[in-house]
Amino acid sequence: MNDKTSPVRTRRGTGAIALEFLGSMNLAITLLVVIAIASVIGTVLKQNEPYTNYVMKFGPFWFEVFKSLGLFDIYGAAWFLVLLGFLLVSTSICVWRNTPHILRDMRHSRLDVQEKSLRSFHLKAEWDSTQALGDATAHAESLLGARGYRVRKRAQDGQATVAAMKGGLGRLGYILSHASIVVICIGGLIDGNLPLKLKELGGELRAETRDIPASEVPAESVLGTDNLSFRGSISIPEGASAKVVYLALRDGYLIQQLPFSIELEQFRIEHYPSGMPKSFESDLIIHDDELKEPLRQTIKVNHPLLYKGYAIYQSSFGDGGSELKTRAWSLDMPQQEPLELDSGVNRFRRLMTTRGERTLEFTDFKLYNIFPVGEDDTSGKKFHNYGPSMVFKLRNPAGEALEYVNYMLPVELEGRRFFMSGMRATPGEEYRYLYIPADAAGTPQRFMRVLAAVHDAARVRRVIEAQIGDTLSADKAGKDVRSTMIDSIGKLVVLFVEEGIEGVARQAEASLPPEQRQEAINSYVNVLQGVLGAVYVELLRDEGVNLEQGVSEEDSRFFDDTLNTLSMLVAYGSPFYLQLAEFKHIEASGLQISRAPGKDIVYLGCAMLMAGVFMMFYMHQRRIWVRLEQRDGGTALLFAGSGHRNRLEFEREFRALQAELEQAVPPHPASA
Amino acid sequence: MSVSTDYLEQNFKRPPLLKRLGWFDWLFAALAAAGAAYAHTYYAVLMDGYEVGILYGTTASLIWLGWSWKPARQLSLAVALLSLSAVGLYGDDLARGETSFFLKFLVSSQSAIMWMSALYVMATFAYFFGMFARSDFSNRVGSALTWSATAMGLAGLMVRWRESYLISHDVGHIPVSNLYEVFILFAVITALMYLFYEGRYKSRQLGGFVLTVISAAVAFLLWYAYARGAHEIQPLVPALQSYWMKIHVPANFVGYGGFALAAMVAVAYLLVERRPAGMLASRLPSLEQMDDVMYKAIALGFAFFTVATVLGAMWAAEAWGGYWSWDPKETWALIVWLNYAAWLHLRLTKGWRGRPLAWWSVAGLFITLFAFIGVNMFLSGLHSYGTL
Ligand code: HEM
Repeated sequence: MNDKTSPVRTRRGTGAIALEFLGSMNLAITLLVVIAIASVIGTVLKQNEPYTNYVMKFGPFWFEVFKSLGLFDIYGAAWFLVLLGFLLVSTSICVWRNTPHILRDMRHSRLDVQEKSLRSFHLKAEWDSTQALGDATAHAESLLGARGYRVRKRAQDGQATVAAMKGGLGRLGYILSHASIVVICIGGLIDGNLPLKLKELGGELRAETRDIPASEVPAESVLGTDNLSFRGSISIPEGASAKVVYLALRDGYLIQQLPFSIELEQFRIEHYPSGMPKSFESDLIIHDDELKEPLRQTIKVNHPLLYKGYAIYQSSFGDGGSELKTRAWSLDMPQQEPLELDSGVNRFRRLMTTRGERTLEFTDFKLYNIFPVGEDDTSGKKFHNYGPSMVFKLRNPAGEALEYVNYMLPVELEGRRFFMSGMRATPGEEYRYLYIPADAAGTPQRFMRVLAAVHDAARVRRVIEAQIGDTLSADKAGKDVRSTMIDSIGKLVVLFVEEGIEGVARQAEASLPPEQRQEAINSYVNVLQGVLGAVYVELLRDEGVNLEQGVSEEDSRFFDDTLNTLSMLVAYGSPFYLQLAEFKHIEASGLQISRAPGKDIVYLGCAMLMAGVFMMFYMHQRRIWVRLEQRDGGTALLFAGSGHRNRLEFEREFRALQAELEQAVPPHPASA
Repeated sequence: MSVSTDYLEQNFKRPPLLKRLGWFDWLFAALAAAGAAYAHTYYAVLMDGYEVGILYGTTASLIWLGWSWKPARQLSLAVALLSLSAVGLYGDDLARGETSFFLKFLVSSQSAIMWMSALYVMATFAYFFGMFARSDFSNRVGSALTWSATAMGLAGLMVRWRESYLISHDVGHIPVSNLYEVFILFAVITALMYLFYEGRYKSRQLGGFVLTVISAAVAFLLWYAYARGAHEIQPLVPALQSYWMKIHVPANFVGYGGFALAAMVAVAYLLVERRPAGMLASRLPSLEQMDDVMYKAIALGFAFFTVATVLGAMWAAEAWGGYWSWDPKETWALIVWLNYAAWLHLRLTKGWRGRPLAWWSVAGLFITLFAFIGVNMFLSGLHSYGTL
């Protein structure tokens, strides 16, 4: 410290300088712009995503850099809060400094204004009139009064001053609108998560990142009911109830306890014909020891329930663990009876399959699936409901999952019916669909039987043999050719069954020169159709279908569809087709629960802000003075004005007033 | 004192507003009130208490607007006439839109909006021609076209409102719910503000500049309708089914209109300022006047934008459970707001004028534009109602 000057003086000096700086306009404008720019970053960079997403996007190095800058949670970052704090301080100082003189200025008439200063005004006029001082003063007073000015007068020995003011409230607008910023910030601070941040810094609080039941979350991630402000969400299945909500915190969450429990009695949703939700609502029951009877209320979007300072909003909906009965049809061993599997949404089971261990996780169930109809649809309807569907994932021991969506009811396409099953490997991509033809009874049974038959090597061989018949000579050479043919056709069938038409094409590519390939593939396809067709006819015969008229058109289309599907099976990735047999739909309601004691303060601030802004813009403070002086038989007038803002307009008003006054107190012809 | 009170009565006492009103003002007010009463009687079942409040509040504002800005009366009556004739022609059958000549080619909402589009573009040319050729006639034509376009646009919105109810009761809603509809609103509100200043300053020279931004909006509107089928009336998602939409969105667009108007005046300002003796300088209003219009437009826009953002926050508190969530749309509203707050501070407290502020308001238009459509295009959030 500089010991040559008195320490007291220095302190005052720096204090004043700091105050000056903090309350300066330059700082305020800079802050407005800087906060705006910082806010931009927060909208461009998606906030509060799981950290792994950021690592993937930016790489580990930049991830660390951005993380330490708080860029993934900008609006909660310390430096951002400091910026807001500066704005708060700067505005407060500004209001505090200006309010006294504005209030004084609003009340004060400035009758004591100096003639010299009036003369220096930009807006002024002077003239002499023959009117007596008293008359001229009265005219000036009534003119200004009639034009809405508040008028004060002072007269003394041959002189008079008329001071008029209008729009003083405009200055009040300044106070209101700027104080409102302070008020809003205070309210926002009460509702913000600053206390949580501090607790977190102090090590009392830690975000939970594991996916575990609420009851197992350790105490350091649980907030008691004494937490004044929070905003969290919870999904409650029908018939269940909840006593906590989850607060998202960066890459994890906290558990917030509630002093009451919320039971979801029923959830209802209505749809537009397009399948878009039209409205959804929940019948809630609040259980609270302090209530004599549980409180029942229905909430819906835009109509929350307020209870004890907690607000409960309807925000979303989802599946609450619907029970699903499914049937797994093995695609590798189709001759087996399907396996009955009972499970439900959000549950998983481990299975041993023909392709090794798999975990089956059910993730969603939908009662309706409404899509716009295709362009060639002639039914006249715009939308088509595909009925219930379930979504599940099939995860291999390496953790890689394929996601499936299976529809319960066969869909009708071009007059035929299919079981639709979509598959995708990553959540971002579109589903690719497998269409399994449904039989007359509406089951996949017949398809499975065909599949079983083409898997049955002995049967296929028998059919091939029968097809080739005795077309070849019975000698040894003929027999050899025959068995080679049978073998290679048999291999072709196996290749097709296992790898689809693409496998066949690959084989042709590998073994034949380009110019022969297409022809070869065509003949392979012919052979396949012949063999598989014969297998199919045999099956039809087994089913007892009357084939005297040949194969019906329906049955032959079924065959074509089956072949198509067979060829697609390769890419399906699942060892079974999971048919949804029965379900019990259980819905869950997504609630958002918040406690915001600062809200009323913020609203008060908002009201002040709106009133203040309009007052500032539309009530301008302006002042007019008329200074009159008796002068040989008449009066000399000095007419001057000053407007707080809006110069052009005020100038026009001033000149109009001047003209009016000149009419009432006409200038002496000589003075004009 | 010898001043006669008669003299004062005669010369100084301007009669209060009510005594200055003519028969047409009263007729206008009576018609507006009757319309509101009719709507209340017949449609009260569809409204909640707030909406009844909004109905009468709007009526009172309309009467006040008509009284203080006279041309608003004729415009309102023209819009009412067009809309009612369309409503009458439709009856309760939307299909008449195809069979009735008058509907099909003039007042069904689609046709009215097409007329609006065409008229605004024509008005732009008329104003520019008027400016370059110094043709007062052409300028007048520009004004007339702008008025007609505005009437058509407003009628188009009104009729669209009715059409949505004709599709089905539960689809019906005020047409300010998606990007297509708010673009019409934007064009109409910007034009109205311009027309107000045109009357106030008795100068039509800025018409071409302001109408340019409206024409750009029209171009977007047409692209959006033809390429994306955006003109189809869609039902409302649950979050938008609220009376708040009726006030939040229009207030926002008064804000946007003001900012757009200011930016176009700023362009004119910059052109003149660059060549004070140039061709444009002699044809456009004085720099001082343009600076003033720019300020007024931004002030008006800022005031309404403040109200809109506050209303938005209140709506958010009701619909999403929090008055502020740093959702991209909210945040961009804040950015726009801070930006103009900085602009106003520079002008008022630092005394900045002219060129730097003109550049700033042009830049402000781009910021506003991003908040308006960029957010819908590039960022996702709670506010994704009007996606491209
Ligand atoms: C803090 C709260 C909010 C702020 C600051 C805010 C701000 C804005 C802004 C600046 C616009 C710009 C207009 C546009 O680009 O279309 C807008 C539009 C809109 N807002 Fe809000 N808003 C808020 C809350 C809400 C809420 C809660 C809803 C409804 C659930 C809502 C519904 C709309 C709609 C329907 C539009 C017109 C959308 C369009 O088609 O682009 N806003 N809001």
